[in-house]
Parts: sequence; structure tokens; C-alpha cells
Amino acid sequence: MTPEDSRYAKSHEYINVEGEIGTIGITDYAQKELGDVVFVELPQVGTQLEAGDELGSIESVKAVSELFAPVGGEVVEINERLAEKPELINTDPYGDGWMVRVKVTDPSEVDELLMTGEEYDEYVETESH
Amino acid sequence: MSDEVTTLKKTPLNQLEHELGGKMVDFGGWELPVQFSGILEEHAAVREHVGLFDVSHMGELTVKGPDALALLQRATCNDVSKLENGRAQYNGLLYPTAGFVDDILVYQNAADDFFVVVNASNSDKDFEWIADAAKGMDVEVRNVSADYAQLALQGPEAERLLQPMTDVDLAPMKYYRFGTGKVDGVPAIVSRTGYTGEDGFEVYVAPSEGPRIMRKLLDAGAKPCGLGARDTLRLEAKMALYGNDIDQTTTPLEADLGWIVKVEKGDFFGRDVLQREKAEGPRRKLAGFEMVDRGIGRHGYPIVDGSEEVGVVTSGTHSPTLKKAIGLAYLPLGKSAPGNEFMVLIRGKEVRARVVPTPFYKRSR
Repeated sequence: MTPEDSRYAKSHEYINVEGEIGTIGITDYAQKELGDVVFVELPQVGTQLEAGDELGSIESVKAVSELFAPVGGEVVEINERLAEKPELINTDPYGDGWMVRVKVTDPSEVDELLMTGEEYDEYVETESH
Repeated sequence: MSDEVTTLKKTPLNQLEHELGGKMVDFGGWELPVQFSGILEEHAAVREHVGLFDVSHMGELTVKGPDALALLQRATCNDVSKLENGRAQYNGLLYPTAGFVDDILVYQNAADDFFVVVNASNSDKDFEWIADAAKGMDVEVRNVSADYAQLALQGPEAERLLQPMTDVDLAPMKYYRFGTGKVDGVPAIVSRTGYTGEDGFEVYVAPSEGPRIMRKLLDAGAKPCGLGARDTLRLEAKMALYGNDIDQTTTPLEADLGWIVKVEKGDFFGRDVLQREKAEGPRRKLAGFEMVDRGIGRHGYPIVDGSEEVGVVTSGTHSPTLKKAIGLAYLPLGKSAPGNEFMVLIRGKEVRARVVPTPFYKRSR
């Protein structure tokens, strides 16, 4: 089941907000759809993003997919381990496979724009049929 | 995505693939597994041990009669007269423009009896093209695609796995040879061929026997593999994929398949064009490349020189064996030699790539 401590975008990113910092990655469903991830392209620290902006890209063996910012914010940290171990996105998408940390600009966006884990599960269910 | 509801064709192994947890996709109108456990794992299994692919979607034709050889000589660019009984040959079925109708395998059962293996999505087109070319000739062309399940057992351990199940003697069978006999007690064609760059066999049996034989091979230790690994494996071995690297607009010389072009064999469709291309050089050539900068050049990405589009990527992926991004691209002849660098346009960004010698991967024999 999709963790309830995060919020989810229709483009399959999650954001886990603690204080003003949100940790962004892709969902377990998304990593399964992509298959083996071979590298990721991430933004530079300091990049200012609005909700929906392209945040980077994920290349799997079979396809490329874009990563979008679920909410607006400033990039404060990227997961450097992914350069060496992109497979962390497959093996631990909600943990060591996180991708970017942002300082959230407007915390109200988190509830307004995004889904709960339960809503996301329902969304995935309808999308895949 | 189209909203059109289409019924996908299913191979005899479809149900078993669902049971094995295959992730099924639409592949040219066929429902086939893109992967089971994961592309990287399946790829490694074929390179190091043995993997099993369902390739039952491939089409099969028979060409029989006194004019069978004459027909195939006319319709293809390789020299079919060089075949002997029990041998198979890679060949191109060409239009008069020298563009590919398809790339095919021709098996010779007897001097007047050939078995032709064609790409799934081309089988009806190929059959019509060959049958049309056969008009006025004493030859019977039949589309027997529905009569076979086809399994590809690929990898260094393929012979060890298959031999206990068949009376066809595999050890003396060389690459591109085949035999007929029994596999698990039922009639089969077994050829030492494949689309992975690895040792292995392709086994043709009656559709009803397919699932049982697949299950036995898996129980014996073969790893079930999908289309994803099939694509990374064939690309490392630089084997062309119809619809990506070759099609009706590309000639075998452009596709760097000069070794299957035998203009001296006599007349055939496209011969004039190929003779001219041989004399003058094709205007473009399919070359292997690797990315110099980070990125993967994928099918359809343009190759640019300043503001000019000078070529196109036809296949590209992350090579699991080499652990780098590789691909094939049509480049102007003058820029297709190893060492030449060029720019691939990846989602609006120019990324550097370099022509490299191919195949990217060659097994040690």
C-alpha cells in the first residue's frame, strides 16, 4: 500500500513534507512501470520551481520519463547516491531512492494539489484499467 | 494512446506468461511480455547462463516446388543457391527500390523445399509479396504461421539444457544449421540461431505443445525473458530490428548489411539500385555509436549539425553488458566512420555521441 505520510501527484511523484522541507521521489507504482532505472538527471541546488515544472528525468533501460515538481519550492539537496546507484529508485523508492529535497514555497499547495495515499491508490487503479 | 479497442493476438504461450507474472504489452498487435523479473536480470541470464523467449509471434512461410529456388533468388538479395540442406541463411526480402519488405531467415529442407521465418507484423505482407512474385512460376507459397509455437533458448548453457530433451544431436550442429527431430517427444525443428548475439537455439513445435515444452525448459533452469531484454541483447550484437533500423525506405547497403548483398548472383528485385550504390557508395550508413555525454539517444531522435538535421537515431538503449548508452543511427556516409563525433538532440538538448566499431558485444567462442 502507498504510504500515508506523503502526498502524491498524478504524474506519480510523491512528496514527504517535514517542517518546510519536502522530499520528492517517484512512487512504487511508477518505478515498477519504468523498470530498471539506469540514470537520473536532477536539477541543481538553488533551482526555483513552480508546481508542475520539470524537475529532471529518469532513464530506464526501456524508456525515459520526466519528473515534475509536485509543488513549488527551491531545491536544497539532491540525492547524490543516485549517480552511482540509480537502482535505489527501484529497490527503495520511498527511502534511499528519494531524488530531490525542496524548501516548499507555499505549504497549502501540498493539500490543494496532491492526493493522499488512498486517493493515489484509487487513481492508479482507474488509470491502469 | 488510442481509445480504439483492439483485440490483441495471443501466442500459444500467453496464458503461461500471465501465470509467470509477465508484464504484458502490445507489440505490433500481439500481447507479449516485455519483462518478467526485470530487463537487466534477464539480459544477464542470457549472457551468462540461459534465457527463454516466446517468439511465437514470428511468421513462417513455406516455399515448395521446382521453381522454389528461382523464386527466392528473385525476391531476396542474398544468394540462396549457396544454402545446403540443413542450413539457414539471413536474407533481405526487397522491393525493386532495394528497400526492405522484411529481413528474413531462409531454411533449406531440400533443393525445392524452403522454410522462411519472417517478422510478425510483416508476415501477411511478406506472404502476399512472395506469392505475387511467384505468379507464372511452378511453386507453392503457404503462410504456415499458425502452425508453430516458436521458443528461443539463448545463452551459453542452452545446449546443455536442451540436449536431454531432444533426439537432434546438438553438439555437432554449427551456427546457422538446423535439424528436425523430436523435442520432448513431439516433432520439432531445432536451429542454432537467435537474436541475442549469444549461442542458442530456436525451437519450432506445434502450438498445442508449446506451453508444456516452455514449462520444461523453465524447470530445467532457463530464465523467462521478455521483449525488453530481447531488444538490449540484439542491439549489443548489432542485429537490425525491422521497423526501427530497417524498413521500406532503407537499403541493405545503407543498413551496413553489404554481406547479404550478392549482386553477382543474377537478377533480383532492387539489384540495379544496389549495383549503383555499390559503385557510388550509399548516401547514408547505419553506424553504431555510444554517448560521450550523459543521455540515451533513442529511436527517432534527430542528429544535428548546427541547425541542420543530418541523420536519425534508429535504436538506442542503455547497454546492460557494457554499462553505457549505445545505439544505431543513420549518418551521412562521410561521417559514419568510427571516431566521428556528432550531436544527438535529446529533448531539445544537444548531447555528444561518437561512432564506434560494431558489434558492441561479441561473445567469446
